[in-house]
Amino acid sequence: MSDGTTARPALDTVEHAAKTPEAAQPWKELGLKEDEYARIREILDRRPTGAELAMYSVMWSEHCSYKSSKVHLKQFGEKAPQTDALLVGIGENAGVVDVGQGYAVTFKIESHNHPSYIEPYQGAATGVGGIVRDILAMGARPVAVMDPLRFGAADHPDTKRVLPGVVAGIGGYGNCLGLPNIGGEVVFDPCYQGNPLVNALCVGVMKHEDIHLAKASGAGNKVILYGARTGGDGIGGVSVLASETFDATGPSRRPAVQVGDPFQEKLLIECTLEIFAEKLVAGIQDLGGAGLSCATSELASAGSGGMRVELDTVPLRDATLSPEEILMSESQERMCAIVEPDKVGRFLEICEKWDVIATVIGEVTEGSRLEIFWHGEQIVDVPPRSVAHEGPTYHRPFARPAWQDALQADDAGALPRPAGTDELRKQVLAVVGSPNQASKAWVTDQYDRFVQGNTILAQPEDSGVVRIDPDTNLGVALATDGNGRYTKLDPYAGAQLALAEAYRNVAATGAKPLAVSDCLNFGSPEDPAVMWQFAEATRGLADACRTLGTPVTGGNVSLYNQTGDAAIHPTPVVAVLGVIDDVSRRTPMAFAQQGQLLLLLGETREEFGGSAWSQVVHDHLGGLPPAVDLERERLLAEILISGSRDGMIDAAHDLSDGGLVQAVTESCLRGGLGARLVVPDGLDAFTFLFSESAGRAVVAVPRSEELRFTDMCGARGLPVTRIGVVDGDAVEVQGEFTLPLSELRAAHEDTIPGLLA
Amino acid sequence: MTARIGVVTFPGTLDDRDTQRAVRLAGAEAVPLWHRDKDVLGVDAVVLPGGFSYGDYLRAGAISRFSPVMATVIEQAHAGMPVLGICNGFQVLCEAHLLPGAMLRNTGLHFVCRDQKLRVETAGTAWTAEYEAGQEISIPLKNIDGRYTADERTLDELEAEGRVAFRYATAGAAADGYGNPNGSLRDIAGISNAAGNVVGLMPHPEHAVEPLTGTGRTDGLAFFTSVIKKLVSA
Repeated sequence: MSDGTTARPALDTVEHAAKTPEAAQPWKELGLKEDEYARIREILDRRPTGAELAMYSVMWSEHCSYKSSKVHLKQFGEKAPQTDALLVGIGENAGVVDVGQGYAVTFKIESHNHPSYIEPYQGAATGVGGIVRDILAMGARPVAVMDPLRFGAADHPDTKRVLPGVVAGIGGYGNCLGLPNIGGEVVFDPCYQGNPLVNALCVGVMKHEDIHLAKASGAGNKVILYGARTGGDGIGGVSVLASETFDATGPSRRPAVQVGDPFQEKLLIECTLEIFAEKLVAGIQDLGGAGLSCATSELASAGSGGMRVELDTVPLRDATLSPEEILMSESQERMCAIVEPDKVGRFLEICEKWDVIATVIGEVTEGSRLEIFWHGEQIVDVPPRSVAHEGPTYHRPFARPAWQDALQADDAGALPRPAGTDELRKQVLAVVGSPNQASKAWVTDQYDRFVQGNTILAQPEDSGVVRIDPDTNLGVALATDGNGRYTKLDPYAGAQLALAEAYRNVAATGAKPLAVSDCLNFGSPEDPAVMWQFAEATRGLADACRTLGTPVTGGNVSLYNQTGDAAIHPTPVVAVLGVIDDVSRRTPMAFAQQGQLLLLLGETREEFGGSAWSQVVHDHLGGLPPAVDLERERLLAEILISGSRDGMIDAAHDLSDGGLVQAVTESCLRGGLGARLVVPDGLDAFTFLFSESAGRAVVAVPRSEELRFTDMCGARGLPVTRIGVVDGDAVEVQGEFTLPLSELRAAHEDTIPGLLA
Repeated sequence: MTARIGVVTFPGTLDDRDTQRAVRLAGAEAVPLWHRDKDVLGVDAVVLPGGFSYGDYLRAGAISRFSPVMATVIEQAHAGMPVLGICNGFQVLCEAHLLPGAMLRNTGLHFVCRDQKLRVETAGTAWTAEYEAGQEISIPLKNIDGRYTADERTLDELEAEGRVAFRYATAGAAADGYGNPNGSLRDIAGISNAAGNVVGLMPHPEHAVEPLTGTGRTDGLAFFTSVIKKLVSA
């Protein structure tokens, strides 16, 4: 960047940049393309300074600018269903949903995939920290987190490195924040071997009038940076890590991963909530990916004026950091607030009370430029929108891959089925004990699910439910789902099935689904086949959200989840938020009352494409995923919610991967009681147990309620089949086999500890 | 009269609001106390709740013990005021030498969150009077540094003086919450001082006070009703 004769390069000021148009700049090393660099020069009408180049490089990265995905993501807005529930939509730190009684709920799911492969503990930990700050920045108290995870094969040696580190990181950070971890997923597949997916969701609660937005308005208002000191960690995390494919040589980029301090974050949360309570901020933004570059440019871009920042006032952990490094640092546990001058004193007092460092680093100006100074010399002079909101847009080519037809033609229905009852019984044990279907208690027992004292349901329940008002019993439910195998077979249907399952899971606990957040995990956008998967999945999800009336409120895209030419299965993870007016009406999954009737809701067809059975028994992926019927999903949800509200059902469990036998096993083990099942007329035992037809749930109904419940189903046109009773201490399929609960429990609960402990 | 029970918030305390709710549900007034204030506002009893005070980066509870509020709590505990330390609060009480022993990292080296079966060993403390000795209760446990340890002589003394307040119940299946979850010596989950006014334990009674939340049981409520009854009758 300079002559290299001194220990520190000379400062590259705006003035210097204007005078030295030919100076070579490291745009390529910072991840920019040649035409992008040319466009920056065009915007500024000169070459950028080193600091400006740093800012553009991180903000125009795939991770921050969504340059490959945004032409597809706009469907979520264009096709959004009309709803009164949405208070803040896509574009802010997180969407906000009206849940009644004056309460607003904000939630969002994000990825921290790439850092978690390189440094599992810190990568996963800071993923939790980042999403929690997003929720906090909206003005809400965070009330729960969830973590959908994907790893390589369960028995692969590297999984034993990555998984325990990720789980310890999530626990180590989340447990220190006092946020209950109420759900999520753990899925294994060899396709995630070099690219584990670590997604993190946070949900927060506030009153309508407490919603805060990320914008800097009001000339003369002060810009306050508060929280941790800025260090050299995570520099270029978004551009270097999250926006490139790993090469085959493996982990080597540890310095680009941030290091978290959950204690500092806890103080930041309490301090910020106290600041909100006294109404001291005019705008607020958390510092996450792209650090100060992102916070200053986004705040200024969304506001009405410009912004002037004295960068040398930023408190540092390492005094030798250059201005470029300070702008790019992704040091955690930092927030940036816009505060009216007469409120600065009180703001700083509250920070002092919580031992949080707070510094006025600049102010909102009347101009339209973002100007940054270093010891009095100007190093940045840019239109903030060009950095934050007007990054490049790519219309990447996409094409249905040639292998898609062959994959779909490889019908799982043609696979050999169990020859007799002995084999069927063995396959049941194999499926419920397989790593993907086995109990994940080894993982979730490392997370605090009780803190805050409002957890009504937590994993392994269908959705996590937290009470948000102890006086009225108002609560929210959340579920995340995503099936990469289904999505690989048919990206359009797979994305819809992910939504359908999360929607069904929320309804199964008695809550009404309201809104969606999504984390779209895919391979390289530079591969037309991956781009086709992405285009199909987003189209499918947007269409389904419209049909189900649940708008996408925000989320995250993670591309480049690929090692060499091998991309992960396309994995859209969908989170659905629901509301339940009275949490005492929630429906748990456990079969806990002897003699209750078991009813199967929905229709069972011979659908095995992408199924757990095809994977476990035949190591097969082919054919088509289960058919999607969104109107049926909606009807099923209405019945589940009515049944819960009117006290007709005592337990409910959605049917998804693993089919009926998986659901019944889980509900029996949870309640400690067995079940006697009868194969319904018209179905064979194999299809009855293992089919993964969508739009189904199993419910336990007191005998006194049977008629009322089945009449309701009949009147509304939902197929309902009596399949057995809760009874004894075994799962018995009459005429087929009997499996004692102890044997099922051993198969289901010993697998994960056996692999990882 | 209504008993007033103080709940201390250190930086990094997590279960303070939950504990305040438990105190209110039990029928007392919950009084928030701040670590920097020496004044405990004339409360009748104090709870040190769970969490990771000061980040626990040095040693759990090691820094909190020197906070201004603790100077008063230690003084008043010696004078007989009931003090309960839960999880991190138990660690603080040990660091403050109000209770003997210390907590080490769990034998499994993992954070453990589970519904834990405990056996009440004595009803002779300010915080356990409403239980019966030998009673089995179920209370959430959640910690990574929960392995109680002390030298043999201290352990023998605790046993001899009836100061082991709770043990992890081991006569049942792990799936039902039985077993020693962290390697604590002699299955000790909680202890008291000689006077019985200071009690510390690792599991979380404040998370077992409502049928709707936590594990759906209210086995922890008697901690708070015990002390309230004692204070009100005093």
